[in-house]
Amino acid sequence: MATFHFDLVSPEQLAFSGEVEQVDVPGIEGDFGVLAGHAPVVAAIRPGILTVTAGGTQQKIIVLGGLAEVSEKGLTVLADVATSIQDLDRAQFADAISAMEEKLAEHEGSELDRAIERLDHFKSIQHQLSATAMH
Amino acid sequence: MASLKDMRVRIASTKATQKITKAMQMVAASKLRRAQGAAEAARPYAEKMDAVISNIASAAAGSPGAPALLAGTGTDQVHLFLVCTGERGLSGAFNSSIVRLARERALALMNQGKEVKFFCVGRKGFEQLRRTFERQIIDNVELRSVRQLGFVNAEDIARKIIARYEAGEFDVCTLFYSRFKSVISQIPTAQQIIPLVVEAPAANAGPATAYEYEPEEDEILNGLLPRNLAVQIFRALLENNASFYGAQMSAMDNATRNAGDMIRKQTLIYNRTRQAMITKELIEIISGAEAL
Repeated sequence: MATFHFDLVSPEQLAFSGEVEQVDVPGIEGDFGVLAGHAPVVAAIRPGILTVTAGGTQQKIIVLGGLAEVSEKGLTVLADVATSIQDLDRAQFADAISAMEEKLAEHEGSELDRAIERLDHFKSIQHQLSATAMH
Repeated sequence: MASLKDMRVRIASTKATQKITKAMQMVAASKLRRAQGAAEAARPYAEKMDAVISNIASAAAGSPGAPALLAGTGTDQVHLFLVCTGERGLSGAFNSSIVRLARERALALMNQGKEVKFFCVGRKGFEQLRRTFERQIIDNVELRSVRQLGFVNAEDIARKIIARYEAGEFDVCTLFYSRFKSVISQIPTAQQIIPLVVEAPAANAGPATAYEYEPEEDEILNGLLPRNLAVQIFRALLENNASFYGAQMSAMDNATRNAGDMIRKQTLIYNRTRQAMITKELIEIISGAEAL
């Protein structure tokens, strides 16, 4: 299968760099898969799980928002935060969610909508995490 | 003339100082390694960010609806200087060279009739600027309690700056920090961050790739510009941190060497004086014996 170059960078580190076969990206307007030879796209991403397929194995990485760019050179994801699923501290993640729930009351108007949306994304990540843990 | 005991005390105190500076040098060296690693780890993100933003922004810059962070306010009457310095001293000319650059720029602008405001990050810069520009300092962030610089710190600063920009408090924002070139060379640098300076794409790069945008182009750009500001500040803070430890290391190396020279000189004088006293006592004894 054809491969392409994929870089995942967060402000604090280069989280992934290498040749991959497929990457599934959680875009703001829906998930999309990127294969070699994908048309050039710039897409904003929502907090979610990014799946990297390389050499037949899959790796899941949690990204909390950012930007994906596909060009002829490959795919670059600028993630706000990128944590591999194994490294994620689940208790801390749950704490972050409950902290957000508490803070909801402080927001209002369109900011409230955004906060709720972000909370939903976080909750769906948590849901997917607990689902994979059972397998 | 100082007594022998005074001289012994002085030599001991110089030795104690030398031990401290030596220890500080070694601590700075190990911290420098970590700071340098952090600065290098942040580089790919900042570079990719630059590439993406210049791609999108060069298309949007000319259009009338361009966001204010990119297009500016149309004037350059009020300048904001974001001066990033260290929290601690004992680092040679590190802090003062950043402050000097900011001060020179500020005076030049004020001579042209512009208004300059300061936003200080780091205690040392704040203390030095307060002497000359007390009234013009509008905010001051201390990173004293921060053990490990995170992106969050930069985001906080960026948020404050954007809020002030949107409130119309300034037109142009310039970032001052020290670029880390090597352990012995740190270059104070000024970089304009609002409005963003977009490098024109190189002429030989061929036609720009026609991207699909998801969501719309301006929406992405609106989200990206504040982020880019935070990234630039974060990069400056990391470079500053590495520069600080580099400067501290060489300053402490110098101090240790100077202390060594001083100890050698003091020991020489001490030994000479001691010898002279012995000789004097001998002469006294001999002439006393002869007189009998």
